[in-house]
Amino acid sequence: MKLSDKVLKGDVPAAARLIRCIEDELSGAAEELENVYLHTGRAHIVGVTGAPGTGKSTLLGCLIGIFRKKDMKVGVVAVDPTSPFSGGALLGDRVRMQAYGVDKDVFIRSLASRGWKGGLAKATVSTVHVMDAMGKDVIFVEAVGSGQGEIDIAHVADTVILVLTPGMGDEVQMMKAGILEAADVFVINKADLEGADKLKLDLEIMLGMQARTASGWKPGITLTEATRDKGTHEVAEELRRHREFLISSGELAKRRQERARLELLWAVESHLKTHIDKMDPEHLAKLVDDLAQRKTNPRSAAQKIIAEISSGG
Amino acid sequence: MSPERKLRVLIAKPGLDGHDRGAKIIARAYRDAGFEVVYLGLHQTPEQIVNATIQEDVDLVGLSCLSGAHLYLFGEVVKQLRERGAGDVTVIGGGIIPKEDIPKLKKVGIKEVFLPGTPLEQIIRWTKKNVKPLN
Repeated sequence: MKLSDKVLKGDVPAAARLIRCIEDELSGAAEELENVYLHTGRAHIVGVTGAPGTGKSTLLGCLIGIFRKKDMKVGVVAVDPTSPFSGGALLGDRVRMQAYGVDKDVFIRSLASRGWKGGLAKATVSTVHVMDAMGKDVIFVEAVGSGQGEIDIAHVADTVILVLTPGMGDEVQMMKAGILEAADVFVINKADLEGADKLKLDLEIMLGMQARTASGWKPGITLTEATRDKGTHEVAEELRRHREFLISSGELAKRRQERARLELLWAVESHLKTHIDKMDPEHLAKLVDDLAQRKTNPRSAAQKIIAEISSGG
Repeated sequence: MSPERKLRVLIAKPGLDGHDRGAKIIARAYRDAGFEVVYLGLHQTPEQIVNATIQEDVDLVGLSCLSGAHLYLFGEVVKQLRERGAGDVTVIGGGIIPKEDIPKLKKVGIKEVFLPGTPLEQIIRWTKKNVKPLN
């Protein structure tokens, strides 16, 4: 049986192996993924983002528990940064979710960003597809990031949770954060710390100032103490409320369209890049040299390469 | 030119002992050597370790134990890995382990044991030589 067929039956080792094959771009992985993709689109994809140290993983641990009590199957994709110096990574998000480490309906997979910008890893979307095809009802994607400029999560998820904590910085800091415009659910964790109320007020003002919610969504701000599992049910309720809104307003369909468009562009880019990586180095060097010598121009050189791809060269 | 495959490693402390400095040092050393390290932390049961090993599709599991329960715990991890079809994952151990126990551990499937004081470069070199990405 092919890996993808096993995945559709919910086979965890097969899914884990397939994710690894996709991550490492092994031959055959792309074809398996094609099969998997046809069976996706059911799960609620929830992105969790925020600066390091805000308690995303701990909060996620609580949310997993809440969804499990509702008998929902849960997937978690936890992304941590790859060191630009060593190429290695310390994947430490799982530590905080190990209470569900033996729950057969919880699948947690840690991914290293491997240099991918935007807060995610190249294999994130594919990993979400695999978990979706396995039958997960909700898939959490925990992203790396300070929240500024790392907004890929908004393109990958149906609902984005932004986790903040008091003392992180002032109003000006928040104004710079693009993620503020992309998040749907706002959580102030470690709410027992001083400054929580002021942060809530600042956030309310910021959100009030935004013209973003043309969709009609009114975000709420939840105060939590994830280490004590306080306020976490309210967060789960916000997730449910947003999901309902997405469906009833038609926003879900819109976001899915946008996501499909982005996936298409990413796939095209990836295909082109693969072709260039596989090009005969001498042939590529000649093109580069012609360019440097002004014997050709960038556009013509690019069109030459694209023509080669089209003719199967 | 496809990228060279990265080794995925899991570091865990089975059982009740609460000293994780050694485990963290190894985890960081592996990261600095270019590996992707899933750090599982303290107080893990063999079942939790095995489950994580399978979900994360790691090539190597490093177990640390300072409480003396290594013979049981390490053996149990290997046993369960084999029962669940993940017997090809390399398992190594470290911690407070009497030299006499090393042959016993190897007999139950622990590929190598690194005692306190072993230079990190030695552990990294051994790993690069003996562990390859599974497929």
